[in-house]
Amino acid sequence: MSAPNKSYDPVEVEALKPEEIERMRDEALAAFAAAGDLDELAHAKVAHTGGTSPLALANREIGALPPQAKAEAGKRVGQARGQVSKALATRQAELEAERDARVLVEEAVDVTLPYDRTPSGARHPLTTLMERVSDVFVSMGYEVAEGPEVEAEWFNFDALNFVPDHPARQTQDTFFVQGTTADGKVTTGDESGIVLRTHTSPVQARTLIDREPPVYVVCPGRVYRTDELDATHTPVFHQIELLAVDEGLTMADLKGTLDHMVQALFGPDMKTRLRPNFFPFTEPSAEMDMLCYVCRGESVGNPERPCRTCSSEGWIELGGCGMVNPKVLVACGVDPQKYSGFAFGFGIERMLMFRHNVEDMRDMVEGDVRFTRPFGMEI
Amino acid sequence: MRVPLSWLREYVDLPATETGRDVQAKLVSAGLEVETVEQLGAGLSGPLVVGQVRTIEELTEFKKPIRFCTVDVGQANGTGEPQEIICGARNFAEGDKVVVALPGAVLPGDFRIAERKTYGRVSRGMICSGDELGMGDDGSHGIIVLPPEHEVGTDATELLELFDEVLDIAVTPDRGYCLSMRGVAREAATAYGLPLRDPALLDVPAPNSYGYPVTIGDPMGCDRFVARTVTGLDPEARSPIWLRRRLQKAGMRPISLAVDVTNYVMLELGQPLHAYDRSRVEGTIGVRRAEAGEKFTTLDGVKRVLDAEDLVITDDRGAIGLAGVMGGANTEIADHDDAAGATTEVVIEAAHFDALSIARTARRHKLSSEASRRFERGVDPQAAAAAAQRTVDLLVLLAGGTAEAGVTEIVAPSGPHTITMPADHPDRVAGVSYGRETVVRRLQEVGCDVYGQDELVVTVPSWRPDLVAPNDLAEEVIRLEGYENLPSTLPKPPAGRGLTERQRSHRRVGRALAGAGYVEALNYPFIGEQVFDQLALDADDPARRVVTLVNPLSDEEPALRTTLLPGLLGALRRNDGRGSHDLALFETGLVFHPADGTDVAVRIPADRRPTDEEIAGLTAVLPRQPRHAAVVLAGSREQAGWWGKGRPSDWADAVEAARTVAREAGAELIVRQGQYGPWHPGRCAELAVVVDGAEKVVGHAGELHPRVVKAFGLPARTCAMEIDLDTVEQASAGAVQAPRISTFPVATQDVALVVPKDVPSAEVERTLREGAGELLESIRLFDVYTGDQIGEGSKSLAYALRFRATDRTLTVEEASAARDAAVALATERAGAVLRGA
Repeated sequence: MSAPNKSYDPVEVEALKPEEIERMRDEALAAFAAAGDLDELAHAKVAHTGGTSPLALANREIGALPPQAKAEAGKRVGQARGQVSKALATRQAELEAERDARVLVEEAVDVTLPYDRTPSGARHPLTTLMERVSDVFVSMGYEVAEGPEVEAEWFNFDALNFVPDHPARQTQDTFFVQGTTADGKVTTGDESGIVLRTHTSPVQARTLIDREPPVYVVCPGRVYRTDELDATHTPVFHQIELLAVDEGLTMADLKGTLDHMVQALFGPDMKTRLRPNFFPFTEPSAEMDMLCYVCRGESVGNPERPCRTCSSEGWIELGGCGMVNPKVLVACGVDPQKYSGFAFGFGIERMLMFRHNVEDMRDMVEGDVRFTRPFGMEI
Repeated sequence: MRVPLSWLREYVDLPATETGRDVQAKLVSAGLEVETVEQLGAGLSGPLVVGQVRTIEELTEFKKPIRFCTVDVGQANGTGEPQEIICGARNFAEGDKVVVALPGAVLPGDFRIAERKTYGRVSRGMICSGDELGMGDDGSHGIIVLPPEHEVGTDATELLELFDEVLDIAVTPDRGYCLSMRGVAREAATAYGLPLRDPALLDVPAPNSYGYPVTIGDPMGCDRFVARTVTGLDPEARSPIWLRRRLQKAGMRPISLAVDVTNYVMLELGQPLHAYDRSRVEGTIGVRRAEAGEKFTTLDGVKRVLDAEDLVITDDRGAIGLAGVMGGANTEIADHDDAAGATTEVVIEAAHFDALSIARTARRHKLSSEASRRFERGVDPQAAAAAAQRTVDLLVLLAGGTAEAGVTEIVAPSGPHTITMPADHPDRVAGVSYGRETVVRRLQEVGCDVYGQDELVVTVPSWRPDLVAPNDLAEEVIRLEGYENLPSTLPKPPAGRGLTERQRSHRRVGRALAGAGYVEALNYPFIGEQVFDQLALDADDPARRVVTLVNPLSDEEPALRTTLLPGLLGALRRNDGRGSHDLALFETGLVFHPADGTDVAVRIPADRRPTDEEIAGLTAVLPRQPRHAAVVLAGSREQAGWWGKGRPSDWADAVEAARTVAREAGAELIVRQGQYGPWHPGRCAELAVVVDGAEKVVGHAGELHPRVVKAFGLPARTCAMEIDLDTVEQASAGAVQAPRISTFPVATQDVALVVPKDVPSAEVERTLREGAGELLESIRLFDVYTGDQIGEGSKSLAYALRFRATDRTLTVEEASAARDAAVALATERAGAVLRGA
């Protein structure tokens, strides 16, 4: 605001006459009303409310008036400016609404346009299925144990009660690793005592040697057998192994643990079935089947409703299990008088095949992105 | 073991209504893996009758000789007139009895027999071969010629036992006794709660001193040897149809009467037998270990060089049999059409050999026979005398032979095997209260003798060498009580600690790479060493030292990978070949580096815990097996589309993948210019981390060398990264420390620095960071320029520096001073010149 002025010029105050103020106000209002869009309004705003607009100049003149005239002129100019800025705001709102109604519609896009700019990645379903099964046991208190893939025969066979030359050892189709003896000879048979592990069971032995019972571990991993790759076989595959060693564990505990696993993976009404079998490292041993999660056994003897998943058997063979053979406990330094245990193992490929309707084992092996991508991050 | 249901019923009175599937279910529940039930005679229907060939007219005007026969089928054709039949086979003569399928019959494979015109005649039926009737191979490959005693017109389906069911059982290694009808019948009897007619319960004459002379040189290898002699065998005698049919159904081929009888008794009792032509055995039969290098020709005509551990049967001249595996060609039973004349006298061997010795010999000579399969799994030594007797009886009955009175039986002394077990042991194993009474009853059903109250003393039957420990007995009780009746209880493990830091890190790395657009591939670890040339590795690159397999699947790929690249590049090429061209793949997995020095594991026993030294010894010979992570990229990283242009994947993506891995593993990654075999020499980053204060190179990333791209047949400009994940994880800085967040305003200063082209931007950034001091909040390179404006040999790097203090608003002067200090240090250390200065 200007400082009080004692020497004022009567000619200059012409602008503060009431009719002049009204004219300035009306011109401003007319200009706002005439503004057709926000740009024009912005110009009108500068012209009629800016620092050099007539009303702003008039306002400045008030200071030059004699004190007795100041109040009246101030009131007049203030009222005019108030009306102008109100009209501006109203017109601004009108024009913005108009713009929103028109321009934003014009800016509409087709939101169904595809957007595959960066193709998505995925983890292999065998990896995620192993994790998923592991997690079922981790949530029960088990820990995940791991071991080497190139393994000493002692861990792979001997410690697990596969005695040398026992027929069971022959059925494993073992890859043997070449060794070099102390006198520099390269081995040509099984003399190196080193193999590609044929199952995840050696991790059992390693765990029992490393830890004091109670031991509750799950061992997922890659294993090897000398099968040629075809639709149902692969020389490199994945297993998951379970081992519990504690005081007083029973076969009923094994059964309960298996039931829990299939329920966690396939639904609350699932169950398992045990059939006697033979494995050197368990005694008693059993083959474990799970109820077919697709037909729930209803395809059996019901040719109207055949089930592809279980070939209408009602059960799906899953893996082998049993009570840890006391000989295994002895070989790992665990007292079989005090402790007992159970173990269970099965192939991940097989479970992936029936759980996700994979028809050909080769699809899991070849790394074709079209196979893997749909499985995403978790399974 | 193939078990014909009709044969099984001979020992157990199974209910007549029980089908093969019913028996299968019972046996499966008892622990026998009955894989299939084969329906013999499925799709076959009569009339199928015995006929006698009256006349044969040879028709010679056709390409092959054809016979027009008249066959008497009695009243079976309704007329009694001979049936006129065209036949292409020639192994029969006028007067022979044959099997005739009359019009209306249907043979397996929906082969319908009807009157039809052929070779200019009307054929009214067919003279059948074994194959056509679905009987399996009988070795003759011709039509069936029946023994003359069968009457014309009788039903041949019954005579040939064409309708039957056969259970095919995969016998587990512990149940050798189920490689016999006797053993399976025992299980069936127990499963049905019916009595067993044990075929081994025969009257056997006591051994005496005038049997065939036998000496055992190795009682450990052979603890029992029974020898019997039968003379006066009718050289013309053939195996009767029932015997041949049972062998066929069990999967064996009928050969000659003497051989068929020994095979039959083996199937029945599980005792492998051998019949020697007595006229070809010289002197005493012996059992000893072979001499190393000793030569011997087995029945299959293969000349074998024996090992000092092989057990052989001998006569005065030398080896006449590979004990328990296969007989020798030199004492083979002669057939009736043998030039030297048919065998009329045989010595029958029923012996018991050491399982391990037989297993080793069979494996050593790659000769798995019916006999060796049984000995390996354990044969009932007590059944040897009965088996010999059964063989003698059948030869007397079927070949008109005479049993000599001499009975040789040499038995090494051995006691029965007993197991002591608390009566409640099965209860404690199962988690079920069976009670002593049930336990004892079930063990007795298995064939055990059981004494004692709380502590049971169990004598196991001679046919169950697999029963050696209390848990073995527990399994018998539990399986007979039914695994399906086990309750379901959950144990209570102690509280677990979840995944380890390393396991979490592995998962994070996988997720982060997948999140960045990479697809995981799990490749085989098998490689051929030529890949190292394709990867352009130096001759002395440590990655060329490989772990090699003795028995690889392919001789092309005998080694294990030391790098993930060959597998991943293979997958990339395969995808590209299948039409997916924009590719980003990753893998995490083990690679294998041989142990230094000797890598042969010392054999250690398994009847105790190995010592720590022994375990260390095993560990020392194993290859080092670090986990690597790798990615490969080709084609577009970002696709072109309606949004604009795409972007080809390049070296920077590969380096960024390494940063992603390191970030997820919690490690600080050092990236610098590098050079390594597979990578483009100008576009290769060397990756390093600091572990325990020492810097370790952990991998490389960038664009592949054009030569490598060509050698692998990859898309141009394929990029790759490989990093040692285990070492990166060792460099983990641990838990993230939360930064202090200042809420004062930021002061931004941009600088453009001109540096010599070969100065790495990372170095410039490092000096800027250091020079700027602690007011610097962040620094970001936002432009790199090379060109006329700055002259050749130089590049311009433009950085945005953000300054902020934790306790005040910075003045312009403070921010400028910090910037100037940063530039000054970059000038001093990296030769940077402020652009435009």
